[in-house]
Amino acid sequence: MSEERKQVLKVENVTMQFGGVVAVNDLNLEVNEGEIVAIIGPNGAGKTTAFNVITGVYAPTNGRVYFDGKCIVENFPHGKMKKLYKGENAGAYSHATEPTPDALTKMGMARTFQNIRLWKSMTVFDNVLIAKHLKRTSNLFSAAFRGNRKEEQAQREEVLKLLEIVGLTDVKDELATSLPYGKQRRLEIARALATQPKLLLLDEPAAGMNPQETQELTHFIGEIRDQFGVTILLIEHHMDLVMDISDRIYVLDFGKLIAQGVPAEIQSNEKVIDAYLGVVDDAENP
Amino acid sequence: MIENKNRKSAWIAFVIVLLFLALVIVLDQIIKPTDKMYMLLTVLQKGSVYALAAVSMNLLNGYTGLFSLGHAGFMLIGAYTYAIFTIPSTARDTVYQYYDAAIRISFPEIFSGALGGFGTVLGVALAVILAGLMAALLAYLIGLPVLRLKSDYLAIATLGFAEIIRAVFQWSKLGPVTNGSNLLKSFARTSTFKLNLGGSTVSLSTFVPVLIATISITVIVLIVNSTYGRAFKAIRDDEVAAEAMGINLAKHKMISFVTSSFFAGVAGATMAMVLSIAQANNFKSAMTYEILLMVVLGGIGSISGSVIGAMLFISASEWWLRGLDSGSFLGINAPGVFRNGFRLVVFSVAIMIVVLFFRKGIMGEKELPDLFRKRKKAPVKEAAE
Repeated sequence: MSEERKQVLKVENVTMQFGGVVAVNDLNLEVNEGEIVAIIGPNGAGKTTAFNVITGVYAPTNGRVYFDGKCIVENFPHGKMKKLYKGENAGAYSHATEPTPDALTKMGMARTFQNIRLWKSMTVFDNVLIAKHLKRTSNLFSAAFRGNRKEEQAQREEVLKLLEIVGLTDVKDELATSLPYGKQRRLEIARALATQPKLLLLDEPAAGMNPQETQELTHFIGEIRDQFGVTILLIEHHMDLVMDISDRIYVLDFGKLIAQGVPAEIQSNEKVIDAYLGVVDDAENP
Repeated sequence: MIENKNRKSAWIAFVIVLLFLALVIVLDQIIKPTDKMYMLLTVLQKGSVYALAAVSMNLLNGYTGLFSLGHAGFMLIGAYTYAIFTIPSTARDTVYQYYDAAIRISFPEIFSGALGGFGTVLGVALAVILAGLMAALLAYLIGLPVLRLKSDYLAIATLGFAEIIRAVFQWSKLGPVTNGSNLLKSFARTSTFKLNLGGSTVSLSTFVPVLIATISITVIVLIVNSTYGRAFKAIRDDEVAAEAMGINLAKHKMISFVTSSFFAGVAGATMAMVLSIAQANNFKSAMTYEILLMVVLGGIGSISGSVIGAMLFISASEWWLRGLDSGSFLGINAPGVFRNGFRLVVFSVAIMIVVLFFRKGIMGEKELPDLFRKRKKAPVKEAAE
């Protein structure tokens, strides 16, 4: 079914090395439009590193990332990418966007953080409103002298609508940090949605949640996909959440992709079971 | 509905500011230089200069979270630019007595030639704006390398640049422009600003600095409450999140730095106007610390706090605690103890107490209108529940 769909994200042969540690080893993955794709794996499997390469936080040692048909990250074994962009080989890489997080967000890739990063001194409403800043057309002067009143008004209305959808309207004037944990997660997702992304990246959205909150969140993520038509790539530990909502799952272990497929396949995959539960008897296995 | 409420409170603020400006004009006429209350005018003049400097520093340190200590340098640029471009041609050669003045332009003279009295005002206004622009330009150039640094490193780098600026302005090779280490004087200053209304003259010596500060602070308030102000606050609260939400860090830090320096330049120009001299030696790093102190006293991240902090600081140091230096204080006559320098001792102790017990400053992160708003809101909420 996914053949006819447009490809949103493609990760090609990405390797990320920190000195001698290979955090991600030759990772390939694809995300198609409208899908919910999950990356799972035990602790230290390289999930977050993969995420950071995609969002432009790290420059990979090798590999390419395509987003929305454009090459956003490109590197080959012969050198650190950042140097190549700025040095004499700059011309050879001109087709790749320099992947700073803000540039990627402008292209339509928004993310949430594993350890919630809301703006602490601001209200729920302001938190979402600031995410609209990148959509503005005003410069400092027109903004200061309120030449952008219409745009500002429109953005405020959009934010109110968004808060209504995610169910945070009643707390919109409260400080972001005074919310309970589950609602802070929702707010973070709402903030990411305010940038009107094509692809939403969720870094362990259910981290630190109890089973009931997790269930609510699962429902919420499905709702978002239907309402906003965004594609979602998520990293998660909670198996029930992943199995419930994902269309496809990639499993990482020690930086390597060990399995991929629909949830039912993954559940019965032996390699995955080994990775998660440990091999029954090490000595007898080759 | 929300919009209407905001507009209403904006109007109230506007009317209060107008009334305050009118009051300043009236005080300017009533109080004569020989009166004891003349100190009030001095405080208003100097206080408004420092208030503007503190608010512009707050825009950078309090709202954007960039700890910069280069303020005195940018004020120096402003003061010199203003002074150089308003010295009248008749006084130029006596001011530049050791050098051959290189810049022979006087804005008030040029414009008053064509437009009369209004031209003089226009010339002074242009010189003030140019002062801000020069400071902003230099801030841009310094910002390119310096804004890559964070927290204490940024503070040290900007502090260094401010000292370099001061040293360069005192350099004798630049004498034809800056008059070396000698002071600039005889330029358009507030004590000479008067309005002729059908025979009677209205003194504007306090009104002008207060007006410049009011306009500038209003603009800063507008910026802080705009979408850019929100972006600055986002950078202060969490840089990583701000960048992930599409805010270009380098660009927004630069905007904040340049804007802050522009108003520091304007404050410097106003200071030259009030003191009627401009000398590089006055703009030492100690001045930056004083301004920083006002910001901290008032509350980092509160504009009305910075204004209150500046006014309190100036009133205390120029007026209320004066007696500590000159023999008698609060009716106690003890020339043995209350002598030169004792004021600073008391002042330092007072500041230590404030910093120890009111760590968030006078206002914290609140603004003046917030204090009124909170009380009104509470009963409404109860009724709704």
